[in-house]
Amino acid sequence: MDMSQYLEIFIEESKEHLQSLNESLLQLENEPGNMPILNEVFRVAHTLKGMSGTMGYTRMQNLTHNMENVLSEIRNGHIVADSNLLDVLFKCLDALESYVDEITNTGKEGNEEYSDIINNLTNILSGKFNGPEKSETKDIKESEIETPATDTIGSVTSTDDFGETIDIKDALLTDFETNAVKEAFARNYNVYQVHIFLNHGCVLKSARAFIVFRALESHGDIIKSTPKVEDIEDEKFEFDFTVIVISKDSKEVFEKDLLSIAEVDQVIIKNVTISDGIALSETQEQKAIQKPVEIEEQISQDRNLDNGSDDRDASSKTKRKAGKTVRVDIDRLDTLMNLVSELIIIKTRLEGIERDKTNQNYNEAVEYLERITTSLHDAVMKVRMVPVERVFNRFPRMIRDLSRKLDKEIELIMSGEDTELDRTVIDEIGDPLIHLLRNAADHGLETKEERINSGKPEVGHVYLRAYQDGNNVVIEVEDDGKGINVNKIKQKAIERGAITHDGAANMSDQDIIELLFKPSFSTSENISDISGRGVGLDVVKTKIEALGGDIEVKSELGKGSKFIIRLPLTLAIIQALMVRLGEEKYAIPLNTIQNIEDVNVSDIQYVQKQEVILLRNQLIPIIYLEDILDVPKKEQRDMITVVIVKKGEKQVGFVVDGLIGQQEIVIKSLGKYLSGIKMIAGATILGDGEVALILDINTLV
Amino acid sequence: MENVSNQEIKQFIVFKLGSEEYGIDILHVQNIERVLSITRVPKAPFFIKGVINLRGEIIPVMSLRLKFNLEADEFTDDTRIIIVRIDDSQIGMIVDEVKEVLQLSTDSIENVQGVSGITSDIHLNFIQGVGKVNNNIVTLLNIKNLIDSISADTVEVL
Repeated sequence: MDMSQYLEIFIEESKEHLQSLNESLLQLENEPGNMPILNEVFRVAHTLKGMSGTMGYTRMQNLTHNMENVLSEIRNGHIVADSNLLDVLFKCLDALESYVDEITNTGKEGNEEYSDIINNLTNILSGKFNGPEKSETKDIKESEIETPATDTIGSVTSTDDFGETIDIKDALLTDFETNAVKEAFARNYNVYQVHIFLNHGCVLKSARAFIVFRALESHGDIIKSTPKVEDIEDEKFEFDFTVIVISKDSKEVFEKDLLSIAEVDQVIIKNVTISDGIALSETQEQKAIQKPVEIEEQISQDRNLDNGSDDRDASSKTKRKAGKTVRVDIDRLDTLMNLVSELIIIKTRLEGIERDKTNQNYNEAVEYLERITTSLHDAVMKVRMVPVERVFNRFPRMIRDLSRKLDKEIELIMSGEDTELDRTVIDEIGDPLIHLLRNAADHGLETKEERINSGKPEVGHVYLRAYQDGNNVVIEVEDDGKGINVNKIKQKAIERGAITHDGAANMSDQDIIELLFKPSFSTSENISDISGRGVGLDVVKTKIEALGGDIEVKSELGKGSKFIIRLPLTLAIIQALMVRLGEEKYAIPLNTIQNIEDVNVSDIQYVQKQEVILLRNQLIPIIYLEDILDVPKKEQRDMITVVIVKKGEKQVGFVVDGLIGQQEIVIKSLGKYLSGIKMIAGATILGDGEVALILDINTLV
Repeated sequence: MENVSNQEIKQFIVFKLGSEEYGIDILHVQNIERVLSITRVPKAPFFIKGVINLRGEIIPVMSLRLKFNLEADEFTDDTRIIIVRIDDSQIGMIVDEVKEVLQLSTDSIENVQGVSGITSDIHLNFIQGVGKVNNNIVTLLNIKNLIDSISADTVEVL
């Protein structure tokens, strides 16, 4: 069967599963005994095994299979999930991720076997466990219940435990359903839990499920289905589902009937019994089949079934937000965005014509058009927005690894994961954030001893926050560590000749901290493999500025430091002030502009050869844009117009020849041949079709 | 001189710079435009005249005359901008006049080493060969090398 058409789905779904595996493993590390989480981990490993098997990725399948074995032993309580074991599991995760990457890039899983990891896994099994004794009474049927896709492996025993019966408590029923079952028993009906596995090649799953349901109903009543019937109708299930049926007929009749339906691979039927006091570990094992993710909400509210309610709470938390979604190629969105941009340009052009007209209808039409283009723009922008969660979700794992590597106790506290940013920004922001978080963990936080000595709690905290602030999204990375030692930077800067002694004396602490963003400036005495290789904050800064944002630091010695990143909400369309320089037009992003002043030339003063103006008791250096931009024609004047822009704490006045007005502009790139010109952030097309360049304030200030 | 399969026909756009004729492989040419309003880009390499708006796309425009160390362009009715595409990037080249589409079989293209001297102004690297048509000589440009050299120039500007 040709699987290529499913490749994309496979990749997407695998990534989702790996992400949830990542999260679950992290949770598991904190609560090693938490069964629902363990079940979730197990479920993901199992699903991945099935998926990779179906797609013919045998190596990946083999790895997940081995993972499953170990996980199963943890579930049985034979192995304890300590952090060494989790290290191995995390390694598995990494290996799986690289398989998926390889598949994404080449369509093949590659030749890497990860035999060391598999050895680790088998060692864990045999080490704790001395061989095949593991099969306990319940393990007998296991080879039978291997899903067909995984049959190829066979050599190692499988892990799902399926007994012949299932207790009513484990069937996760509501009161109503429980009563129905009790009622059935009272009338001498049989109650079965039927687990149906469809063939993985099954295309119309819901139709097949419908046939199964009809067959079941011919024998009795279905009182419960997991997933829900509606979900099954919408094909929101993998290849298996479980129902609870009340019937007078025997198991065998069911089995025969169901197996006669095409594309039903396997049917597992268990008697549901009512009994109390089954050991907890055993009952929970059964739940793996139950797919904790899809348990109905109402169950977790049902406190009568106390025994397992904690588990259910936890599992309903892991429930993924399911909405109706369509996966769209980002290129198509870009095309759409470009078209909207074109529309905005034309709209601007129409507005230009409008001024000469007095026709009321025309004016109204243009206004209406403006409203629509604005809404359209917003709508398209929203489509491109992605929650920062996408980037953030890999950090807990990273901090965990760092914490082990550095032997520091680090707690990462994240907030605002649902803050949204443009997709392009999301793709780029990961590396800078990794860098800052590593810095915080490595340089920011002290060692355990240092923390205790300075009277701080042993556990260091790193905060990662995201929130929206007007037209910007702010991301903060904060630690409660030792803070930045200004004197140390000062010394280092003098040593390296970056500043002079006298210069240093004149610099404020903030100025000195800013030196950190200069190339090749790392203050850590020890160069580690985590950070401090000299490629430092300057790279972070460059990246963030390339995204149209900026970064600042606040730090207090002994208390910690905070890096604040500001990013524009959208990259493509901004409000700008159009200015004239000679005969040329330039755009200055409006969000950088503080105010605009007309200044008499005679009011210009000099401070150390730098021209400055005094404005509300503040000295503001002024820059003649015409000089910097080599504008051919210069104008003589008595009054100058100064556009005052702000970057962080810094203010600079740009002298321009005239103001044209505020305008919504669409940012276009100058292309790769001119990308080296740093003072130009891009170009935009004006209403009359002319091109105006956009100034990059960050570079100019 | 060699077997027939080598006699592949290639098409070139022939244009003039001063009195000399040059050719560009038609496969690289996107379109040919009359001179549009060019916006100067500060700090760009000297031979980049600026950028144009071509149906909503911003495209840099270079002066081949300046690149080849000839005197600066004078825009006339015949002046054209040839838009070429290399590796997904577009760039415009200002030429004095676009003449024709020339069909050349590969064996009528001569390697440039033999005829050095004619094209002393231009870096040999930019030339793919010389095509002979009747008594005329057309210098065939290696567009890829020519364009690649821009990126190198831009970096120097930094």
